[in-house]
Amino acid sequence: MVMTTVLNVEAVNRSFGDRQVLKDVSFTVDSGRLTGFVGANGAGKTTTMRIILGVLAADTGTVTWRGNPISKNDRQLFGYMPEERGLYPKMTVGEQVVYLGRLHGLSAADAKRRTTALLERLELAERAGDPVEKLSLGNQQRAQIAAALVHDPELLVLDEPFSGLDPIAVETVLAVLRERARTGAAVLFSSHQLELVERLCDDLVIIADGTVRAAGSRAGLREQHALPRFRIEVDGDAGWLRDEPGVTLLELDGAQAVFDLTAGADEQAVLRAALGRGPVRAFGPVRPSLAEIFREVIQ
Amino acid sequence: MTTLQAARLVFGREIRAKLRDKAFIFSTVSFLVVLIASIAIPAMLNSGPTKVAVVDSAAVAPLRAAQLDVREIADPAAAERLLRDGEVDAVVLPGPKVVAMEDAPSEVLNALSTVPPVELLDPPPFDEFIAIFVPLALAMLCYITSLLFGLQIAQSVVEEKQTRIVEILVATIPARALLAGKIAAMTTLAFAQIALLSVIALVGTTVADLDAGVISALRPALGWFLPFFILGFVMLATLWAAVGALAARQEDLGSTSGTVQMAVLIPFFAVLFLRDNSTALTALSYFPLSSPMAMPIRIFENSAAAWEPFLALAVLALSAAGMLVIGARIYHGSLLRTNGKTSFATAWRTRVTTG
Repeated sequence: MVMTTVLNVEAVNRSFGDRQVLKDVSFTVDSGRLTGFVGANGAGKTTTMRIILGVLAADTGTVTWRGNPISKNDRQLFGYMPEERGLYPKMTVGEQVVYLGRLHGLSAADAKRRTTALLERLELAERAGDPVEKLSLGNQQRAQIAAALVHDPELLVLDEPFSGLDPIAVETVLAVLRERARTGAAVLFSSHQLELVERLCDDLVIIADGTVRAAGSRAGLREQHALPRFRIEVDGDAGWLRDEPGVTLLELDGAQAVFDLTAGADEQAVLRAALGRGPVRAFGPVRPSLAEIFREVIQ
Repeated sequence: MTTLQAARLVFGREIRAKLRDKAFIFSTVSFLVVLIASIAIPAMLNSGPTKVAVVDSAAVAPLRAAQLDVREIADPAAAERLLRDGEVDAVVLPGPKVVAMEDAPSEVLNALSTVPPVELLDPPPFDEFIAIFVPLALAMLCYITSLLFGLQIAQSVVEEKQTRIVEILVATIPARALLAGKIAAMTTLAFAQIALLSVIALVGTTVADLDAGVISALRPALGWFLPFFILGFVMLATLWAAVGALAARQEDLGSTSGTVQMAVLIPFFAVLFLRDNSTALTALSYFPLSSPMAMPIRIFENSAAAWEPFLALAVLALSAAGMLVIGARIYHGSLLRTNGKTSFATAWRTRVTTG
């Protein structure tokens, strides 16, 4: 499957009163990939998503879908799960999902068929006839996801899709989102649960104070933000590293150690020194976790 | 999907939701029951002709001629017993002397006395009670239905805001499709109720055997009332939706909907109190907020020229169109502001992209 950039957010600015919440926000979202949108509360994630969905207007800047400004018809191809969840409390789950499918342009028969399949997939089929207000919070969340997915959207925008989900539901939703991406959908989701984003996303956009601080593929970002930090495992005790020039020892656990190198120092020299003392079982750079990159870029 | 198709889907959902809403069903049914009762109870209370027990055989002929229910009784004591038991309303003893329980039975007295002939130079078309009751009933019907269904619109808008589903809805379909579908649904339901009540009123008055003059005056009045009501309702409907959108929670509705409630209430009282002032009533029959109540009254009283309802309806239609634009803008500008009440001015200034 070919990945292409489908959604392009370009130099978007938005203020509420005299408070500027988005400053020149630019990033892209590719089809077939899961893009994580990460930032602290109030960083501008929800505002950005609302602008993509056309619910809010940008002051300046553009958002394009497959190269063109987003039209009413394009929006029918989008699926949206807002941060503040909401469904009609007295309507049944099934009817609700069918209704939203129809609002997205599905025929009545199509909407019914897909609703049945989707509720089955989300393990919600036996609750299809219950009003939403009778469901547990976790099940309401699943119903909400069904509402965003029923029309097989080409772009899925999910604002904090995992908040409020129990661990089992998280796994179900993760699997469903991966499936959607595999079949070519572009998925943009925000989260502040960095471990989840780290597991799930292919691409990342990090936003702080209304500006994009980092954007790109997860692997690329980890590469880019890699510190000169290394892990080594030798036979015997690795305590000698303490006296190596340029090495700052961070962790030492018998034969294993993690250390930073000062700028300009050569990690190969450290490796050679280690080999001179005996066998080296493992040696390699330590990639930063998403949480570490996040802390670094939002400074 | 076009805006119209989207509006139609919204329309369908709103109707289904309302028809399943127990509170809605209850209020409609109880309104119907009150109306039917108000026609049926007077008819039932009016339990046929006055019954009279007659001992004086000379009085039988004139009483029968006056279409009273006459029972000839020979024994005065037996006649009095019938009266005390409530079997008859009056007794006529030889003399003639009339005996009754509490009130002098005017029908019996009239039949037995010689009344000089009366000529009225300006007879009212129907009796005074009807002349007051029918316009009042029309105005009340218009007022209550307008308020009831208007509030339903506002509540359904707040519900979507309060439950936050509105964000998904406006991300999917244009806000004006949402607004149009909702208003169309509620107008249809309000109209269905009004039409049903009108039919019941027409059938009821026919069955209750009101005089032909009333019925023939009522028909055109009700016929005109329906289009006036629809346009008047649509005119206010967007405003109801707008004040619904200004509220963040159902509790806010009381304060945000105050202006619209006044827009229904003041014309109602104006029509009620200025009904006898023909200049004022004429003015009210053209003013868009009061014309749905005032014009049908003038038609009922046969004081409007044939062209007048058309002109008033045109004025109303134009105002409704203008109000739609204003209401839609307020609705749209405040729809996504979920943190507390939105002011009218803020909603007016808010920029939005989706149409």
